[in-house]
Amino acid sequence: MSGHMNLTLKVWRQKDAKSTGKLENYEAKDISPDMSFLEMIDVVNESLIKKGVEPIAFDHDCREGICGACSMYINGEAHGPKRAITTCQLHMRSFHDGETITIEPWRANAFPVIKDLVVDRSAFDRIIQAGGYVSVNTGVTIDANSIPIEKEIADDAMDAAACIGCGACVAACKNASATLFLSAKVSQLALLPQGQAERQIRVEAMIDQMEEEGFGNCTNTEACSAVCPKEIGQHHIARMNREFFGAKLSSPKK
Amino acid sequence: MKLDSKIPDGPLADKWTKHKFNLKLVNPANKRKYNIIVVGTGLAGASAAASLAELGYNVQSFCFQDSPRRAHSIAAQGGINAAKNYPNDGDSVYRLFYDTIKGGDYRSREANVHRLAEVSVNIIDQCVAQGVPFAREYGGLLDNRSFGGAQVSRTFYARGQTGQQLLLGAYSALSRQIHKGTVKMHTREEMLDLVMIDGQAKGIVTRNLETGTIDTHSAHAVLLCTGGYGNVFFLSTNAQGSNVTAAWRAHKHGALFANPCFTQIHPTCIPVSGDHQSKLTLMSESLRNDGRVWVPKQKADKRKASQIPENERDYFLERKYPSFGNLVPRDVASRNAKEQCDAGFGVGTSGLAVFLDFADAIKRLGEDTVRARYGNLFDMYAQITGENPYAEPMRIYPAVHYTMGGLWVDYNLSTTIPGLYALGEANFSDHGANRLGASALMQGLADGYYVIPSTVSDYLATIGPKPIDKNHPAFAEAKAKVEAQTKKLLSIKGTKTVAEYHRELGLIMWEYCGMARNDAGLRKAQVLIQELRVDFWKNVNVTGTNEELNQQLERAGRVADFLELGELMVVDALARAESCGGHFREESQTEEGEALRKDDEYCYVSAWQYTGENQPEVLHKEELNFENVKLTQRSYK
Ligand SMILES: Cc1cc2nc3c(=O)[nH]c(=O)nc-3n(C[C@H](O)[C@H](O)[C@H](O)COP(=O)(O)OP(=O)(O)OC[C@H]3O[C@@H](n4cnc5c(N)ncnc54)[C@H](O)[C@@H]3O)c2cc1C
Ligand code: FES
Repeated sequence: MSGHMNLTLKVWRQKDAKSTGKLENYEAKDISPDMSFLEMIDVVNESLIKKGVEPIAFDHDCREGICGACSMYINGEAHGPKRAITTCQLHMRSFHDGETITIEPWRANAFPVIKDLVVDRSAFDRIIQAGGYVSVNTGVTIDANSIPIEKEIADDAMDAAACIGCGACVAACKNASATLFLSAKVSQLALLPQGQAERQIRVEAMIDQMEEEGFGNCTNTEACSAVCPKEIGQHHIARMNREFFGAKLSSPKK
Repeated sequence: MKLDSKIPDGPLADKWTKHKFNLKLVNPANKRKYNIIVVGTGLAGASAAASLAELGYNVQSFCFQDSPRRAHSIAAQGGINAAKNYPNDGDSVYRLFYDTIKGGDYRSREANVHRLAEVSVNIIDQCVAQGVPFAREYGGLLDNRSFGGAQVSRTFYARGQTGQQLLLGAYSALSRQIHKGTVKMHTREEMLDLVMIDGQAKGIVTRNLETGTIDTHSAHAVLLCTGGYGNVFFLSTNAQGSNVTAAWRAHKHGALFANPCFTQIHPTCIPVSGDHQSKLTLMSESLRNDGRVWVPKQKADKRKASQIPENERDYFLERKYPSFGNLVPRDVASRNAKEQCDAGFGVGTSGLAVFLDFADAIKRLGEDTVRARYGNLFDMYAQITGENPYAEPMRIYPAVHYTMGGLWVDYNLSTTIPGLYALGEANFSDHGANRLGASALMQGLADGYYVIPSTVSDYLATIGPKPIDKNHPAFAEAKAKVEAQTKKLLSIKGTKTVAEYHRELGLIMWEYCGMARNDAGLRKAQVLIQELRVDFWKNVNVTGTNEELNQQLERAGRVADFLELGELMVVDALARAESCGGHFREESQTEEGEALRKDDEYCYVSAWQYTGENQPEVLHKEELNFENVKLTQRSYK
């Protein structure tokens, strides 16, 4: 068919967390430019099964850029060559016939590989559990419109809240830092009146958890924002730092 | 079996308040002696698990994704309805109730729908208190938009990511309880069976998707919040993992399955581009506010849209429905697009698409305004198709989107198995034969935050906090059954992949049980599905082993259940020889080709009972009584 491509894939294969992995070569034949990157892998997997080879394991679910499950390091970039999208939104028209594509999992101590391209990102959940919320029980009776919020502030909070928790920021960071992820939640709640009461405890608890999980430090290379599919900006990190130092200064504990 | 919907008596508006007062409470000191299992962490599951834990119960929560935050609710775009009447445009609890009953084409229960409308206002308060960043006006107050099937603006939204923001709100409440130790979270753990003791639900069997370990968990009550089953069609707007397994396996233990054939097909989706297609992407129906739908008047016209002159275009929705035009409800818009394509007027390489054209809107409003309104949707379209929708019209086609059917539940959200509840899209309860936009999110949160905490306590107080005996043979038996099925799937090592079976099933369902259905087609489909199922169990190739992360095995189990559910959907569609909502029986249409409901014969909920492998299911009917609204034939002309 016209426009169809033949590609070579170099894919990270690793049986489980304990085994060592390596890159294996596979042919991806007759790939339509209209396929999504994950559909291309589906096609390769179907052909592997037919040949008696175990298909490549990878995380995915919504396939429309919102659940944050897909997580591939493609030709040395988190989510591949295009900006502001996830792997599942990447289409094969971004590649050309004859190309070799290297596909690896996210690399970070805090994200151990489970199998092939699937990693364990539960550290992110534990960071949120440490304090990424407003402590209200079900049954609030305060009318929603009794808390007016300036539109600009609401919009800024929404920009931060758009984080999908995919982990590309960690994968792209040479220190494997989770600062952008963490700052997105801290910033969202610091901006909103609802988040004020727990401002100090929140930022401290979340940062403590991040350190405990083995993520690295932020050295402001900004690689994280560059690959973020939701374009979460550096100013959230700045805001989080202000929150943190503010908390340190006034914390009764320290 | 006598179906008792347990609808409280008294005037419609007082039922829920009165019922809550009559329900038994569990003493606060006793709550921690009860274990509750919540399967699913979407809007329904996360809100239920968090609320129950806050009350003091011991909760165990399960999801198959690697994090509770990735449940499919995350993908909802448009918004959530609530009868707040902030715009002062005449909305009320009663109007939301009425619109939902009418939108559902009079096939849902008045009492449930009224309760939904009542608690809708609390949902918004709760979410705002959690810090959900809903869209706001310049004055700082919450903004509303309008949605199909309503003449008021009552839809709250957070850009095009309302589901994400609501889910993250519920996820944060859940995370807080996990941190407190009141919820034990099990991620990447799939429920594969229900454990029954003396006819009551007492636990579940799960498979750890990382290690393959098959385990049992006991509880005083089990809540299934496992979402919809649209993936029975293979191609749908659902996430890849969305499935019916938990609900289906409960069905096989005696939970009746209601209205399985009621499926919603959404008109504005991006068309299929080839055989490789794995899912379909929805674009918000708000596009129909400014876009005009048309096809060329000439069959198989391969010219570019811009080269087709105005007088050679058929704006078929505007032509057929002059008063609603492009804004007819979802089912009507979808069916008409299909008719045009079936008659040979479809566009694009496959001929399975119609144009959605913004040229007039751009002329009238300017490209900037159109960009401000729909920019993200236009970008998404460009990303997927590689085409520029500002220059050429979009091509759209209907896709399976939502399943109104699900486990039958009474007013308390209890299934026909005592101790087993179903919430959210997994139950059938509130949307009748057609769901209105922005009301699934409302229902998921209503069920989880407000309904279940009240109703489950009544059951728990009745059975008492006696610990469940994990040594009861029922646990070992249920586990052995799951192990046997897993082994069976892995041992066949045939020649066809799981995906091949899934795709074949989807084609059958789409062809014969999709947007239009008829007697002969449904009968044919039933045979085809039976044959496919037999073949599956002889010839499927599931690679790998149980003791590892094995995505082929996961999917094989889900497809096996779809192969059974698909047949029940067909049987249900066959038994309902009327058209209503999303269910269009070609034999039941008006002279003008519109859906014809038959209230004298079919004003009931179809609830199906499983009677054994390859045995016909038995139909039970729950008559629907309308005391407050008058049944009328919908007209959008
Ligand atoms: C693209 C799209 C857009 C939509 N937009 C809107 C909108 O704008 N407004 C609106 O009101 N509705 C919308 N809907 C519908 C709405 O999103 C869903 O109906 C709703 O979110 C379902 O929520 P839920 O909690 O019932 O299930 P889900 O969110 O689907 O969650 C299911 C949960 O169950 C778990 N699960 C399933 N099976 C098992 C098992 N066997 N073992 C363990 N865990 C299991 C999953 O892991 C998941 O956590 C949209 C739907 C789609 C597809
Ligand atoms: S699969 Fe959900 S973001 Fe890619």
